[in-house]
This record gives sequence, C-alpha cells and structure tokens, in this order.
Amino acid sequence: MAGLELLSDQGYRLDGRKATELRKVHARMGLFAQVDGSAYIEQGNTKALAVVYGSHEDRAARLHDRAVINCQYSMATFSTAERKRRPHGDRKSTEMSLHLKQTFEAAVLTNLYPRSQIDIYVKILQSDGGNYSACVNAATLAVIDAGIPMRDYVCACTAGFVDETPLADLCHAEESGGGTSLALALLPRGGHIDHLETLMEAAMTACKGVSKVLDEVVRQHLQEVSALTGE
Amino acid sequence: MAADMRLPTIRKQVSLSSSLSALDGKDLVVPGDVITSDTGFMRGHGTYMDEEKLTASVAGEVERVNKLICVRPLKTRFNGEVGDVVVGRITEVQQKRWKVETNSRLDSVLLLSSVNLPGGELVSGMDSIYLGIRKCEVQSVFSDGALSLHTRSLKYGKLGQGVLVQLSPSLIKRQKTHFHNLPCGASIILGNNGFVWLYPTPGHQDEEAGGYYTSLEPVSLSDREVISRLRNCLLALGAHKVLLYDTSVLYCYESSLPHQIKDILKPEVMEEIVMMTRQKLVELEG
Repeated sequence: MAGLELLSDQGYRLDGRKATELRKVHARMGLFAQVDGSAYIEQGNTKALAVVYGSHEDRAARLHDRAVINCQYSMATFSTAERKRRPHGDRKSTEMSLHLKQTFEAAVLTNLYPRSQIDIYVKILQSDGGNYSACVNAATLAVIDAGIPMRDYVCACTAGFVDETPLADLCHAEESGGGTSLALALLPRGGHIDHLETLMEAAMTACKGVSKVLDEVVRQHLQEVSALTGE
Repeated sequence: MAADMRLPTIRKQVSLSSSLSALDGKDLVVPGDVITSDTGFMRGHGTYMDEEKLTASVAGEVERVNKLICVRPLKTRFNGEVGDVVVGRITEVQQKRWKVETNSRLDSVLLLSSVNLPGGELVSGMDSIYLGIRKCEVQSVFSDGALSLHTRSLKYGKLGQGVLVQLSPSLIKRQKTHFHNLPCGASIILGNNGFVWLYPTPGHQDEEAGGYYTSLEPVSLSDREVISRLRNCLLALGAHKVLLYDTSVLYCYESSLPHQIKDILKPEVMEEIVMMTRQKLVELEG
C-alpha cells in the first residue's frame, strides 16, 4: 500500500522519527491537592494520568507483614478513535492492572508498611500506542510524588521490529501494523534485567523438549494408522 | 446569579528571589541515588541498603545527624513520634478502644482507659456516644507503625464547635506549643499530623470543665467571619507550601484584611497575600 510504509528507504518512520528515536515526553507531578500523589505524562500523543492514595489502613488486613498494592488501569471513553464502550472491567484492562500490580510490588518497599494498602489508579486520556509504558511511567512519578519508598524508578517503553530494523517507542499504527512488539518495564539501575537472558534460554530448551515429545506422538500415530489401513 | 469560571492553568510558584539561595545547602536525591558507600553510617527513614551502598528510596532532602542518614520526602503521610500533638477524627468504636483517623499510614488507636471524662472518671466500654473530633497526644508507637494516643491531661479531649482544615503534615512547623490564642479573636490548634482546628476563643468558665464540656451556644457572626478568613488563609498558605506556625498564620490574616473573605481563594489574590506574608516573614528574620 503506497504511503503507509512503517519505515521509509531513508530510514524515517511515519511520524518522521528515526528508528531509535523516542517520542517527546512531557510530564508533571503534584497536580491534585486532595490525593497523596499524582502525575501526568504525555509520550507523543499518548496521554496518561496516574493517582496514588498512599499507604492507608487496609480494612481487610490481608497481609500482616507487607502492604497490599491495588492497581486499576482504565481508559477514558474518548481515548480511542471509536468511543470505548467499557472503560474498565474488560479483560484487557484487568490484565494490564495485574501487570501494573506485579511491577510495583517488585519496586515499592512494601515490607515497611505492614497491614496497609496503597492504591494506584491510572487512566489513559488519549491512546496512541505505548499505553502500558505510559501508565507505568506515570505511576512511577505519582508514587514518588506521594513519598512512598521505592527501590528505583520503574521505566517502561515499547520496541518493535520492521524490515530487520528495531524500532523504539511504537505509535499506534506501528503496533497494529502486524509486526512484532515488546513492552518492557525495568528498574534502570538494578540488575534484575539479567534474568531475561537465562529465562529465554530456559524457555528455548523447554520448547525443544516439548517438540521432541510432540514428534514422537505424531510418528506413533502415523505408524498406528498406516498399520491399520496398510493391509 | 453570576458564577466565576476559569480555565485551568499552571499555578505560578510565589517565591522571593532570596529563597533561591536556600537551595545551595540542600542535598536533593531521588529514589535509586546512592548517598554514600561508607559503611560507617546508620540508615534512617527513606533509605535502604543495596549491596553495601546506602541508597535513597524517596525523593527529598538528605539529613545527616551525626552517624544517622535519612531522607525526608517532600510530601508524606504523618509519621508520629512520642509527644506529638494530633487532631483526629474518631472513625470506629471497638470494645476497649477507638480507631482514630490521623492522616497517617495506619489508623491510630485511642484506648478507652486513656480518656478523661468530666470529673476525672474513666470511660467504660459501654459508652459509645463520645464520637467526634478530639485532640490527643501520641503516647507510643506500635511495631507496625500505628500510633497509640491518649488524652490524659485536661488540655486534651473532645473539641467543640469549630472548623477542621486538612493540610499536609510536612507544612506544620514543630514548636513547643501547638495551642495558640490569636489576637484576631480565634484560637488555633496546629496538630502535627496536618489537621488544624480553628475555634472561637473560649471564655474563662470553660477552662475548668476538663475539656469535655462542649459549648453548644451559638457563635457570634464576627467570630464566624474571623474563623472563615483564617480557614481560607490556611488553605492559601498550604497551596503555596508555606511553613505554618502562629506567626505566619497571623501575618497572612493581616495581609488578607483588604480583601473579601470569599476572594482569598482566587489564584491571583492568593499569590498577592502569600507574597506579602513571605516578605513580612523575611523582614522578621532579617
């Protein structure tokens, strides 16, 4: 299709960026007075707002030695090209909320606040690719604004692959263009990114093991069926 | 009836040029910054040990007291210490104690054995009518961070008619006394937890009642106006992050007299009043 190539011959993307260029990031903290922490971030055209209610009493007293982190991810009805019917509660939002929760449980020093609860609410105001990354970045700023101790910043960004070239920070057209995409959140100074390599190797070895088993099953089935029909 | 509407804009920070020099001495850190690799220091609030390196876990100012290093965040929930005076709202009534909301990480606990009734009797578990807002003192801190309060002295107890203003605990200056009778005609209690209670200055006869007698007589209009003006001034000071103590509140009140009470919360009027207050405070120091 003419005109809609994700990467032109000169190396420019749809919005004029080079392959490894990020979109313009604009962020502010401390927007609201009533909440403990709040932050707003714009990554290109993606806009996200995060609000944190920091460390209050957990009525259900679920964990006696740590704080419970409660996340909710939702998209405004006007955030996408077509009006979104279900802002939250659908499967995608629940999955994103769970990812956010796992991410922040790793970063926030929850053992300092037994029996308490930290609420993180993120809302996407305009969605143009990299929703999850914008959420994580906005939530990091909001948690810092609330004065809740964290090990390090949690930063997130997406990357994709087109024509043998890796692209950084995908916009909506690039994400839905059918190519591969990866969203990654990490603690910039930490060492836990090292696990990714070993994890990939372990997964690859496991997959090869599974392929052997499937191979045997197919061959055996072939033998049985051909033995029956071969007479 | 005409209503005042405006579009949201970024609020300008009101500060005098001399306050920029105050930043020179401060050591500001963000989460993940290594403060020191020297193992001789003890770690306090806002830090954690990451492989022998003392690292900050909140964004704020580093405080070094002898061998203790801690990081004070800009904004935080109330971390009580023994002896702090707090103003809290009773949220729950249990068998032998009350749960008090004090803007801290966990609800604080007020044991019924620590509450004074008029005449010096103690409260039994059956009485459940003493809800409301009280001023108390922190007696001890539990291991998980919850505070145990008491109202043993006559100064403390249930608060009668007045206005509660909720602000950030980091704005309240630590002083010897938190109860002030302002010359403008009202009294103020600056709780360490950021809850401020404004009330009309009581007459002499209420002092003997032991803090329990709540006067339900109507408050005069002039007293009400003074209290409303003080409340708006407190909100203006809070919005511009000015440290709160009796002198700053009084200067702000005086600076706001030329304006109408309801105009104080308009952004441009707030800026003017806070600017004048800061100038007066600088003159006081200089």
